[in-house]
Amino acid sequence: MVWVNDIIQGILTGGLYALFACGLSLMFGVMKVVNLAHGDLAVVAGYIAVGIITVTHVPVLWSFAIVVPIMAVLGYVLQRTMIQAALDRSVLTTLMVTFGLSVVIEAGLLQFFTANSRGLGVGNAIITSSFSIGSQITIAYLLLMIFGAAVVVLLGLQYFLSRSKYGRLIRAVADDKEAAQLCGVDYRHVFGVAAAIAFGTVALAGIAYGMYSQLAPTIGTDTILLFAFAAVVIGGLGSLWGTLLGGVVLGVAQQIGAQINISDEVLAGYIVFLAVLVIRPQGLTARRARS
Amino acid sequence: MTGERPANGTPLLEVRDLTVNHGQLRALDRVSLQVFPGEVYAIIGANGAGKSTLLRTIAGLHHPTEGSIWLDGEDVTKVRPERRAVRGIVMVPEGRRLFESLTVEENLQIGATYARKGPWTFERVYELFGWMAERRSQRTAQLSGGEQQSVAIGRALVANPRVLMLDELSLGLAPVVVQRIYGMLPQILATGLTVLLVEQDVSQALRVASHLQCLLEGHTTLEGRPSDVTPEEVEAAYFGLAVLARGDDPPGTPRSWGKAVPPKPPRPPFEGGKS
Repeated sequence: MVWVNDIIQGILTGGLYALFACGLSLMFGVMKVVNLAHGDLAVVAGYIAVGIITVTHVPVLWSFAIVVPIMAVLGYVLQRTMIQAALDRSVLTTLMVTFGLSVVIEAGLLQFFTANSRGLGVGNAIITSSFSIGSQITIAYLLLMIFGAAVVVLLGLQYFLSRSKYGRLIRAVADDKEAAQLCGVDYRHVFGVAAAIAFGTVALAGIAYGMYSQLAPTIGTDTILLFAFAAVVIGGLGSLWGTLLGGVVLGVAQQIGAQINISDEVLAGYIVFLAVLVIRPQGLTARRARS
Repeated sequence: MTGERPANGTPLLEVRDLTVNHGQLRALDRVSLQVFPGEVYAIIGANGAGKSTLLRTIAGLHHPTEGSIWLDGEDVTKVRPERRAVRGIVMVPEGRRLFESLTVEENLQIGATYARKGPWTFERVYELFGWMAERRSQRTAQLSGGEQQSVAIGRALVANPRVLMLDELSLGLAPVVVQRIYGMLPQILATGLTVLLVEQDVSQALRVASHLQCLLEGHTTLEGRPSDVTPEEVEAAYFGLAVLARGDDPPGTPRSWGKAVPPKPPRPPFEGGKS
């Protein structure tokens, strides 16, 4: 029964990891940008939510509606300016620029918010309560909601990419941005839209993380970015459902690791990550090879 | 095909003294051309003559070092490639360059997203290429080379271009397929398009062109109507064997013919700065 509980908890945590990972995967898939500031941006979104709630006293769940659009706009602007300028030089430059952005964000957060960690929605009934199945399985409403949100976001993203005009443009630009230009498509604008979506999902994930755990200035790189990377690599790059699977595998591995020895939690996740890299580098859900 | 060129009309597309460098290499050296409405203007030349560079520069994908590009009397030299497409310069690129993870219909939809108003609709493209309608939900990676080329042409047509640029349609296709695709040119022209094409296959180009220009190592070596140039002249301009081609002069005698463009004298070093 303990194991069943671990697996359930792992699956649900995987939803959170998938939320972190899908934006990372989208930005790499469309513009070949590995955004090393991805995790820090999630933390920024969390802190913006903290700030908004402190100032305006809106209910914690409403902060999503405010922060997600703010981050989406920020994503568009950052993509059109800094990241595009780096892309125009070389793909490698984007690594340095996003790394620089990550360092600046962490230093800035330390400066303004100190190193103390903060939670979001502490004391809110929906966020802190849970229900039990039998004697050993306890499920937090929050984790269940996050998992549900991840599934909805992934379904929405998939629908958007396959059915909408902008989704089609994003796929076309990811295939061949020069050919898209010849069709009258401004690929830089499409990149901006893709970045806006990625930043929107990262904002969701950042706030969710603040509710689930604690926000601190440095967790962006040492926790969130690494978990997102692991989820993307385990699941397979460029596949949305692979991202969810990757998140779930990572979550379950961590829970099982923690069950063996609480200090093995993080290590177990990375061992699975490394094993996938060695045995199946294309990820668990290998996608059709793109030429 | 079409008769006389209008003597004093405005060319739909004009290129003036275009010079393009690829790093150290001078790919185009002061190439000029005028394409009038309704023409099929063919640029021929051997591999590396600069034909594709010329088309890609007109499309906006390369930046010229010098010279200018004009569409219907407006300077578009500094206009971004996607804006040029919207204004009516649309290219079918070499190697087709379809969006491979998209279906046939989605490829056309991308072409139509920022289209100008005009006669070309999906229905019309499906009419032109009879097989296409029933296979429109297939991915383009599953199509044959000729079919892919047709989709690439369809994708350009639904944008309703004013000037349709075709870069090496025949590349990698069986001759019979090439014939079939070029056979559709009259139907495309009938809708009022102007065509600028690059072709390595000279006989194919001569068959469809109303005006001809030959490039050799970035220079124009011949220009004229296909009916006014002899095969020998074309051959000479194509290979740069001007002297040897005719054989009726002693070797080494320099000669020129009416239509051949003499090489321009080298430009003095500081002249370019003012333009």
